[in-house]
Amino acid sequence: MIDNYSWITVYPEIVLLTLACVIALVDLGVTSPGRKKTYVMTVLALAVVAAMQAGYAVSGLNQYGFGKMVVSDQMGNWLKCFAAIAVLVTLVYGRAYAAQRDMLRGGELFTLSLFGLLGMFIMVGGNNLLVIYMGLELLTLSSYALVALRRDNAVATEAAMKYFVLGAMASGFLLYGLSMLYGATGTLDVNRVAQAIASGEVKHQVLVFGLVFVVSGLAFKLGVVPFHMWIPDVYQGAPTVVTLLIGGAPKLAAFAIFIRLLVEGMLPLALDWQQMLMVLSIGSLLVGNLAAIAQTNIKRMLAFSTISQMGFVLLGLMSGVINGNTISSADAYGASMFYVVTYVLTTLGSFGVVLLLARKGFESEEIADFAGLNQRSPLYAAVMAVCLFSLAGIPPMVGFYAKLSVLQALIASGEALHIGLAVYAVMMSLVGAFYYLRIVKLMYFDEPVQTAPIEAGADVRLVLTLNGALVLLLGLLPHSLMALCGQAVATMMAG
Amino acid sequence: MGLLSLAIWTPITFGVILLALGRDEHAGVVRWIALLGALASFLVTLPLYGGFKLGTAAMQFVESTPWIGRFNVNYHLGVDGISLWFVLLTAFVNLVVVIAGWEVITRRVNQYMGAFLILSGLMIGVFCALDGLLFYVFFEATLIPMYLIIGIWGGPNKIYAAFKFFLYTLLGSLLMLIALIVLYTKSGGSFDLLTWHTLPLGGTTQTLLFFAFLAAFSVKVPMWPVHTWLPDVHVEAPTGGSAVLAAIMLKLGAYGFLRLSMPIAPDASREWAGLMIGLSLVAVVYVGLVAMVQQDMKKLVAYSSVAHMGFVTLGFFVFSDLGVAGGLVQMIAHGFVSAAMFLCIGVLYDRVHSREISSYGGVINTMPKFTAFALLFAMANCGLPGTAGFVGEWMVILAAVKANFWLGFAAASALIFGAAYTLWMFKRVYLGAPANDDVKGLSDINNREFLMLALLAAAVLWMGVYPKPFTDVMDSSVAELLRHVAQSKLN
Repeated sequence: MIDNYSWITVYPEIVLLTLACVIALVDLGVTSPGRKKTYVMTVLALAVVAAMQAGYAVSGLNQYGFGKMVVSDQMGNWLKCFAAIAVLVTLVYGRAYAAQRDMLRGGELFTLSLFGLLGMFIMVGGNNLLVIYMGLELLTLSSYALVALRRDNAVATEAAMKYFVLGAMASGFLLYGLSMLYGATGTLDVNRVAQAIASGEVKHQVLVFGLVFVVSGLAFKLGVVPFHMWIPDVYQGAPTVVTLLIGGAPKLAAFAIFIRLLVEGMLPLALDWQQMLMVLSIGSLLVGNLAAIAQTNIKRMLAFSTISQMGFVLLGLMSGVINGNTISSADAYGASMFYVVTYVLTTLGSFGVVLLLARKGFESEEIADFAGLNQRSPLYAAVMAVCLFSLAGIPPMVGFYAKLSVLQALIASGEALHIGLAVYAVMMSLVGAFYYLRIVKLMYFDEPVQTAPIEAGADVRLVLTLNGALVLLLGLLPHSLMALCGQAVATMMAG
Repeated sequence: MGLLSLAIWTPITFGVILLALGRDEHAGVVRWIALLGALASFLVTLPLYGGFKLGTAAMQFVESTPWIGRFNVNYHLGVDGISLWFVLLTAFVNLVVVIAGWEVITRRVNQYMGAFLILSGLMIGVFCALDGLLFYVFFEATLIPMYLIIGIWGGPNKIYAAFKFFLYTLLGSLLMLIALIVLYTKSGGSFDLLTWHTLPLGGTTQTLLFFAFLAAFSVKVPMWPVHTWLPDVHVEAPTGGSAVLAAIMLKLGAYGFLRLSMPIAPDASREWAGLMIGLSLVAVVYVGLVAMVQQDMKKLVAYSSVAHMGFVTLGFFVFSDLGVAGGLVQMIAHGFVSAAMFLCIGVLYDRVHSREISSYGGVINTMPKFTAFALLFAMANCGLPGTAGFVGEWMVILAAVKANFWLGFAAASALIFGAAYTLWMFKRVYLGAPANDDVKGLSDINNREFLMLALLAAAVLWMGVYPKPFTDVMDSSVAELLRHVAQSKLN
């Protein structure tokens, strides 16, 4: 089963694993409180892996390995590349924050991030139900530990506990659903699952029974209503850098397994799962947007905003198959991918500013802490404003085109129900605009309460500025990223 | 780079440079750069008028490059007789507003000037866009600078006003976004406005599209009964913000009717013309009466704007050459006059810090030069012959009479209300003996204020005495539009 080509598909994973182990070992000898050596090595390792994945993606590699246990395709490689960059950026933003909070006594922040990323790589590259599940577990176990990294902090510990208990339950759901599928189809291979379902010889009832559990498990990982309860608590309770680690890159991996399991594995069941996604999405848009209004904690507010944004992603995923017709499904899934990628980019920027404003002994977690930011630093206020307008979907920020793509996919069906959903979605984003604008209001219209100068290393300042600029620039010229996502998904669907 | 691109991106580039210039230590330099930028932006629009070919309804100065391949969106620009004057008007008002904010704004000058320049470029973009998505992007992007202008430099209740402005207008435009995507789907994957103009559409579809557009544009115009945001916003916005809002931003909505609603959904437009005319008449008559009882000068002018824009939509939906051209002339005239009215209020507000009519009285004794200007603009606001305000209203009323005598009668009677509230305000503020010590201590306008009012006064008189350049440009395009609207697109 192991042929010559197999290894090519997993080189980045092997490199990542090796580097993670090396860094863990080297870190034993690091004594400086800031762990500069570990940090630099981690950043370099991430850059190397991201570059490898980008190279794979550009080369258009489309290859199964190890008897179809893993796959290295364009969509997966781009998602892995973006995930590595997202983790890199998160660590750049978060190192000072972590150092000030005694989180760098050991190098766990870095090594666990790397292992978490490895988990994401395996999720994205898995073409086998068990491989995907293993990747997911590697990611979540790393995340549990990361949330609990400030073990002396009561809020963080509580968040970790909640995350663990609920996360374990969701993993159980997913595993149960996967075993149902295995039982019904007799295979773990995603493609063969699809073939078995398409053959029509498998009992529909059993499949749908398993499907419900799979979708519930996935919905939990993505954090959509009604499986969203952990999101606000964990986002708020976790140290901000970990919040970003959980809320950024893993969304890309979660999107990938949605595609691998539901689209590649169960496209013939689309009629069933599209309805489920529709319900999840309607709930997420409603709860996420309405609950966000009432928040005073910025992390909690962004958590609810995430829930609503994921509702939009699901809108794209649920509009792929129309009356059993899959012609426009590549467009729809491409739109969702574009949405997730831009969402991660924007989230990095907004949490980057939250991390920037935090100082030793001061979390900058209250929305009110943003008051007068424009007077303290016009540049970072602008970065935050650009990100918030993007999340609200106001052109010319990139978030607008993300919403546009999803709405277009939804409306393309021409069904009245879908057009109604589109109207509902834009009305909900009007509600969303309110709470994003509220932060802009604080930054620009109010007088500063905090007057401490904003200190940040050159690396943070550079990356954060670039991040903000990219949100705007991709809004002015969205074509390349849109085409990239569209093509990646189209090749995946064709192969 | 084409002329239209220059007109759009010159102010935006200058605006971005200003934003990058940093803090208030360099306020002097910032102001001069802003003036330079506004002047350059205005000058680059002049060749548009010079090179504009009369007698054709085709789009001119067309530029088209692929922008977003995935959705077949093009960076497609062009102007015809309907949009040409608004490009020039926007650049002109922007210049005046930069002069108006010269020494009045002392906080975060670079952001103030930058926001206005960027806003001006975006609004020109709306008038030039020939691609549905490009139009939407410019249309929506204008919200961001305006939101910041109101919220940062506005009055005491600015937060409420800024949110009301943003959310109210966003509500309307989101429905338009859905309409645009529906059109994209129906046309088989094109966002091109000119393609949409010829796209056959069913009756129900047209009606739904018409109302989706109506949601966006009626809020922006604003038409009764969705005008309630305007007075609140005008009162709190800084002088420059009010001027740009009244002079240009309201026109975006009215322009949208001509560029999108009517050509894309002509059958629905004709079917629902009665409704539009009814709403316009309510705006003209009822809002005119509301204006009369206002105690706040800015509110009064805001309600007067609603009434004047009522004339514009009335002219559009009687579907005659005279009516549409009249509406367009009225839009341009109102651009000059309302900007001038708000700047006049700003001149007084800078000195006394009150917008209440009752805080003033007998201003003519201490500010004779200023009062002369104010009188001219007040007269233009009531539509006195010889001023800009007369031409458009006259054409619209004439068109209304031709359509239906009683319609014309109702519209004409509104002129009386217009004269009443404007002149009554003028009397209470400017005439008589000085009312209090504030008024006694007033100093007349300085050279800067003289310059900005003189620019507007020249425009108002020019347009009132010799409106031919304006109407000549419009004729062919208006005729073509009406010919197009008269044909059914039902499939």
